[in-house]
Amino acid sequence: MFLFSRFFEELIFTRRFSGKSSKGFKMSISRANDLRLPLMNLIRLKGTPILEQLHLEERLLRASSENWCIVNDGTNVPTIVMGMSGKPSQLLELGPVMKDQIPVIKRFTGGGTVIVDKSTLFVSLICNKDDVPGVQPYPRSVMAWSGSLYGEVFGGVNGFQLRENDYVFGDRKFGGNAQSIIKNRWIHHTSFLWDYNVRNMAYLKLPSRVPQYRLERDHTEFVCRMKDYIERSDFIEKTVKAVGKQFAMKQVNLEDIDSYAKGEHVKSTRLLTMEELQEAMSGTTQSA
Amino acid sequence: MAARFLWASRVASHLRISVAQRGFASVVLKDLKYAESHEWVKIDGNKATFGITDHAQDHLGDVVYVELPDLGRSVSQGESFGAVESVKATSDINSPVSGKVVEVNEVLTESPGLVNTSPYEEGWIIKVELSDAGEVEKLMDSDKYSKFCEEEDATH
Repeated sequence: MFLFSRFFEELIFTRRFSGKSSKGFKMSISRANDLRLPLMNLIRLKGTPILEQLHLEERLLRASSENWCIVNDGTNVPTIVMGMSGKPSQLLELGPVMKDQIPVIKRFTGGGTVIVDKSTLFVSLICNKDDVPGVQPYPRSVMAWSGSLYGEVFGGVNGFQLRENDYVFGDRKFGGNAQSIIKNRWIHHTSFLWDYNVRNMAYLKLPSRVPQYRLERDHTEFVCRMKDYIERSDFIEKTVKAVGKQFAMKQVNLEDIDSYAKGEHVKSTRLLTMEELQEAMSGTTQSA
Repeated sequence: MAARFLWASRVASHLRISVAQRGFASVVLKDLKYAESHEWVKIDGNKATFGITDHAQDHLGDVVYVELPDLGRSVSQGESFGAVESVKATSDINSPVSGKVVEVNEVLTESPGLVNTSPYEEGWIIKVELSDAGEVEKLMDSDKYSKFCEEEDATH
């Protein structure tokens, strides 16, 4: 109510005293438009286990009707995360994975396989399609929007671009993204390689489906560390600011989530069992 | 465009239905019914076959995986029963009518690209036994669906 009162005060002042009442009126309308930005709830996490983050995202996508931005500053332990259709036998060096007891998750979104740890930065955006005008609920349209958003964050730094659906600096990938689209909503989530342990990359095989620009490079030649390009806190704050240009942001605590997302929903994200990984290695199952 | 219309004509001839030629790229077949979430349905007595439309497959990109439901599962009009994966995204497939799944297109497990190359024929996804034939009245005919797609594309 206070904000609307201020708007009308300004409107009356500019029309009476500006001498350029038309321009003043348009400027006040612009400020009024900011008040009508769709709401985006912001959850800031630090070190939350990636399985817990993914469960939260799937719940908010399917059981909430609001927009969400989730930022998780690192996860607790190194974890492998595969896309919905990922097959461990094709994507992972299963012997070392099982020997070192690396958790393997199959997530609800599409896309490829990543290994994440405390150095990884996660940003997830869950939107109602009607709150993002001009974006159709299809993967390429959503990615064009997200590419533009992160373009603002990186401001032309070192050849940032969305290249064949990857976030890159030049020809080196630093962010893996994926999406899930339901009837009127979608999620676009990204794991940003702030830093990584080269040894962890050895758990992943070279995937059969790769972008053309990869040019048969192995993981260490293909990816780069985001810390070489931008400060960690700078990236987080610039991302929140970029989102804030399109949405009215409201911070929400994790403890309050129950009031936003009620009821049953489809749960696809899960941790693969040791038995499933052993069966995948011995080739006795096609499903895991 | 001409090649796609020839393809659609062959499909239509095989299915013994007529084709609506539209001003834009996607193909819409007459005698099918359509949901706003871009699934098509063909009714045959108390059975229905569905898949996703040419408009949907064109916008989704190359389909690399189809998640099929289990046989015997119930599906409800407007609710998700499976998903397709394309361009790093999973996209829900929503049931245009309610019923019980009696057949799934297992070929899509090995050849998910059929959803792109043959969305109305070889790319069919499931067949159900209808539980409420009246639900079909809520769906769009080909003319309404064509207009719906045009309006949707025009606003973006």
